[in-house]
Amino acid sequence: MISDKPSQPGIFRGLYATTRRDLLLAWKRPGDILNPLFFFAMVCTLFPLAVGPSPEQLIFFGPGVLWVAALLATLLSLNTLFLSDHEDGSLEQLLLSAQPLPVLALGKTLAHWLISGLPLVIISPLLAMTYHLSATVVEVLMLTLFLGTICLSLLGSIGAALTVGLHRGTALLSLLILPLAMPVLLLGANTVSLAADNDPYATGIWALGAYAVAALSLAPYATAAALRISNE
Amino acid sequence: MWTFFHKLASPPHFYRLAAILIPWLAIPGLLLIAYGTYNGLFVAPEDYQQGDAFRIIYVHVPTAYLSMMAYMFMAVGGGIGLIWRMKLAHAVGAAVAPLGAAFTFLALLTGSIWGRPMWGTWWEWGDPRLTSQLILLFLYFGYMALRSAIDDTAKADKASAVLALVGVVNVVIVHYSVEWWSSLHQGQTLLKKGGPAMDPAMLYPLLAMILGFTLLFGALLARRVRTEVLFRERRSRWVRELVLAPIGGR
Repeated sequence: MISDKPSQPGIFRGLYATTRRDLLLAWKRPGDILNPLFFFAMVCTLFPLAVGPSPEQLIFFGPGVLWVAALLATLLSLNTLFLSDHEDGSLEQLLLSAQPLPVLALGKTLAHWLISGLPLVIISPLLAMTYHLSATVVEVLMLTLFLGTICLSLLGSIGAALTVGLHRGTALLSLLILPLAMPVLLLGANTVSLAADNDPYATGIWALGAYAVAALSLAPYATAAALRISNE
Repeated sequence: MWTFFHKLASPPHFYRLAAILIPWLAIPGLLLIAYGTYNGLFVAPEDYQQGDAFRIIYVHVPTAYLSMMAYMFMAVGGGIGLIWRMKLAHAVGAAVAPLGAAFTFLALLTGSIWGRPMWGTWWEWGDPRLTSQLILLFLYFGYMALRSAIDDTAKADKASAVLALVGVVNVVIVHYSVEWWSSLHQGQTLLKKGGPAMDPAMLYPLLAMILGFTLLFGALLARRVRTEVLFRERRSRWVRELVLAPIGGR
């Protein structure tokens, strides 16, 4: 990370280095990747146990349950986003780096999404099958989760940056992020429901895509500002 | 012009100015509310569809509008505080959040009381406004929770300002997404958009209530900011002089 050369590496090097570092760290501690996945699978198991196994009902509320579970699993993994870096002091080094902080924050968020968001998207069809969702609905579910987890990781990075170093961080993080995440959940889950009812669902996909693009371009700045505030 | 702003930003100056301002806001506000309440509840004719139940709008509309206005205050205050490092703006944000949450709660409460005779339920998820107000209430809770979790005031100010600014972008998204969502689920529209023009006997009390509530909100806010400033500046000289001064001498 720290280079002795006077020449400044480009921002893509910074982005790549931060992402790579976080991915490597996650690779050494596979629990960080697996725990949210297990959590996701277990929440999805809870609902049929609580409500009953009738297929009509499962098809009816399946999209909502899968989406809520994905939201909660993302939330669960968020508080580790900056925590270990804060504890061992490497976060301060990131702040001191000559690289623009929003880019580094984006790198860390990207790594977080690759670690926690993408695996959710990949195993979601498996769980969707147990809810008797049809193949086309599963495709829509994967697409919305793909876009939605990007939005959630980016939104969550703002919350994680604001609460890093606070004692009651985890509960507070949920309180901050859940209201912000409600539109994402609402767009995602209802788009899948529309697809399940054979209704036109393109609006939801476009809206989620727009949200993801907006979050991708704005959230890193908010995260960077929040990190500076939390670490002054 | 600029000297006015600089003076306004100075806590002791604001503290004195607010003391003068409060009665000028509160008294006309209360008079307007008294006029609006009497004329709204007793003089205005019944609604041809909703009967007497419509009269709750005299409380509901002002609180609902102020619940969003308070959020704007919070976000703009946070923005000014972050950009120009104006401490008073942060104090406004800290002072307005509980007020905004209270108005949001009142708007939800009156909306739900109105919904009971009109829709037959206390709560209707299909109504986009109720849902987005509820999310707004949660946003206020998050803001206040973040503020109270950080011990250092300067840090709490900046962190919550970032949250308020992120939230203000989100409020717009919440509004449109909830509207889209409820259009999927709502069978029929319960209220027509931009219905018939209001009878002046109904309209004037409503306008009086809106203006009166706004003035009252201003007075409450000024009072809360005053307390907030006093608390934040508790170690400064002017506060010590103020507290130690003989009673009556300001």
